[in-house]
Amino acid sequence: MKVYFRTIKDLPVEEHFGPGQLTCAGCGPSIAIRWLIKAAGSDIIVVNATGCMEVTTTSYPYTAWSIPYLHVAFENAAAAASGVESALKALGRKGILDTKAKVMVIAGDGGTYDIGLQSLSGMLERGHGVLYVLYDNEAYMNTGIQRSGGTPHFAWTTTSPVGSKLRGKVQRKKDIMSIVIGHHIPYAATANIAYPIDLANKVKTALDYLDEGPAFIHVLAPCPPGWRYPEEMTVEIARLATETGYFPLYEWDHGRIRLNPPSNTHLDKSRRKPIIEYLKRQGRFSHLTEDDIKEIEKEIDEYWDYLARLIKAFG
Amino acid sequence: MLGIREEIVKERLGLTSNYAAAYAVKTVDVDVIAAYPITPQTTIIEKLAEFVANGELDAEYIPVESEHSALSAVVGASAAGARVFTATAAQGLEFMHEVLHITSGLRLPVVMAVPGRALSAPISIHGDYQDIMNARDAGWIMIIASSAQEVYDSIIMAYRIAEDQRVLLPVMVSYDGFLMSHTTEPVELYHEEYVRKFTPRNLSRYRLDPRKPITIGVIASPDWYYEIKYQAVHALRESKQVIKEVHEEFNKAFSTNYDLVEKYMVDDADYVLITYGGASSGNAKEAARRARERGLRAGVVRIRLFRPFPTDELVNAVKDAKIVAVVDRALTPGDVYEGPVFSDVVSALYSRNIEKPVISVVHGISQRTMLADDFYNLYKMLDEHAKTGEYPRSTVFLGLRS
Amino acid sequence: MMRLTWRDLPIGGFVIEPGNARNNLTGTWRTERPVIDQDACIRCRICWMYCPEPAILELNKPYTTRGGKKYDMTYEIDYDHCKGCGICAHECPVKAIKMVPEVGG
Repeated sequence: MKVYFRTIKDLPVEEHFGPGQLTCAGCGPSIAIRWLIKAAGSDIIVVNATGCMEVTTTSYPYTAWSIPYLHVAFENAAAAASGVESALKALGRKGILDTKAKVMVIAGDGGTYDIGLQSLSGMLERGHGVLYVLYDNEAYMNTGIQRSGGTPHFAWTTTSPVGSKLRGKVQRKKDIMSIVIGHHIPYAATANIAYPIDLANKVKTALDYLDEGPAFIHVLAPCPPGWRYPEEMTVEIARLATETGYFPLYEWDHGRIRLNPPSNTHLDKSRRKPIIEYLKRQGRFSHLTEDDIKEIEKEIDEYWDYLARLIKAFG
Repeated sequence: MLGIREEIVKERLGLTSNYAAAYAVKTVDVDVIAAYPITPQTTIIEKLAEFVANGELDAEYIPVESEHSALSAVVGASAAGARVFTATAAQGLEFMHEVLHITSGLRLPVVMAVPGRALSAPISIHGDYQDIMNARDAGWIMIIASSAQEVYDSIIMAYRIAEDQRVLLPVMVSYDGFLMSHTTEPVELYHEEYVRKFTPRNLSRYRLDPRKPITIGVIASPDWYYEIKYQAVHALRESKQVIKEVHEEFNKAFSTNYDLVEKYMVDDADYVLITYGGASSGNAKEAARRARERGLRAGVVRIRLFRPFPTDELVNAVKDAKIVAVVDRALTPGDVYEGPVFSDVVSALYSRNIEKPVISVVHGISQRTMLADDFYNLYKMLDEHAKTGEYPRSTVFLGLRS
Repeated sequence: MMRLTWRDLPIGGFVIEPGNARNNLTGTWRTERPVIDQDACIRCRICWMYCPEPAILELNKPYTTRGGKKYDMTYEIDYDHCKGCGICAHECPVKAIKMVPEVGG
């Protein structure tokens, strides 16, 4: 990534999002969106999929957005954004509209992993100059915490509840980054609300690359009611996700994979905090047994093994 | 009259209705096209792709990955201020159904061509109006054409109607799948300058612009939804006036004769068939001529503007007939009668306090062959019923093997 | 607001005033409020950075602490919008922010 902001002192002051939105106290995605928009600046057009961020920020007659904003439906943010991007191109070419505005999709894990995957894939395949930002709170939170393709293995949700027969989500979390990277776009990265400087740099880097094609950023954004923890812990839990290696920070930049700090030290397992530190703070994992935790640890090790091999091949 | 036509017509080509649609879109300075192929629409978007590829049409062509995305992409483009076009049929129209409602709710002037096709299941590629009729509650202006020339002319008018500041609603121009979409007819194409002059851009409508940021696509609670939705409902009803104006202006500028309903030998008719589309209406007119030769005073009313429903125009056309039959090419199963336009006609008459025998007829489902004979027999049937005073109180399914 | 009829609203449910959600005073939600001890605060920017709303204002207000340290910035809570989540207090590296109950505190 290109470094636009080196320290916390360099972060931009101007706000283009909030306050007054109807998000829960301590909302992780709200932190994500705030930094997304601050880093991007006011010369952007946001296309938002239905979800927590859409419903809480555009409850008529209020809008929390100070930049142009479009919401169409749940599964088609990428398609609508493709249309906006094409319109700007055509209108610019015909001299009807003179703008350098960039187009950004903001969608949750619900609107991306599952129902939105088709339109995302189409947009990536066609190479539209759009930045797609996925804010991942790991379930369909807006409708009351139902499981999504992004919900982690074993997590409690209302549609993957903990009972005597089935205990939490049976399936594993879909690897959306690998799917996106498989489209061979110029830039894709993971980010975390606990690391806003890293997030802001990645947003600006991604926007720079839009002349070449689409970019994608996957932001982890914890949710107090959905993950079951007291709301002041949002940033701490997000930070632990990366420190334990559960959610590594890395970039796919023009065919090369690079780990970002602090994940760049985590190929060595001993440098990762034990996963129990992340899991024990969340009520959605409170039913885990020793064996479950070992299983999760094994999955994380396997994922790091996969990452290590990717880095060897594409580093 | 001949004078104007000579001046404005650039060339006369043999075109299918699909190609006529593509030529119309080319001529109106469209900015963004997004479409997904489905029979019988494919040749529209193939022709448009050709125009874009060889530089005849300066537009962004988005080959989307589904119909839902096709309409979503043109919604996005339209919200950004672009002039857009898409086309689909049957399963594609069903797939994008939720976005149909969103398009009209967001008051975006999208124009879409739909060559009608039967709905699965069973799957059928053949033409009828099931898909079009299924979309009738989505808040779109809907025009049903009956010839390739009319398709060409209607799409030009559609942009003018949709973008009118008093309207700002999407417009669907529909016609017969295969019987029109793939049938070649002579079409007169106009010089671009006249079409462009007739369809100036509306640059003052709200759009996505960083210099004036607005939020499009809100969630509205029970305190607000009703009023916002009612605006669109009201706009659709009031758009009829604008549609009439646009038709008058078009007729004057291009020397044509379009109206909201087409009246054929209706002034003194006792027996009237109400039809829509090319094949039914053509057959009905042929049958009416034959019936007249045999002494029956037969007439045809072809519905051209379907939404908003032209209540007064239709009622005035049939109020003096003895008995009327509506020939639907779509189904509304489980309804009081199983033909959609029949219900509209009956409501229209009721709303103007006119009591009249109306018979519901369904024909041409999945392109079941409609013969002029069938329509002639309908006139004979109307004559019988007028004499006896008895008439069918349930839908007559013509052409059904039973 | 409820007097507005369908004729008064912009069409399509468009909201034409950017960011007007700030008129929605979400500060009424909270049960605890953060209080910044301006003498303990080291102006590190972390609370401002992590606030979700945002409800922490970065002001060019000079301040001299009781201990004599001079700062040219001050951070203040926007109590109109602060929901009392406590992230600021939790993340503050010098524990300069305390969460105080709204009622009975």
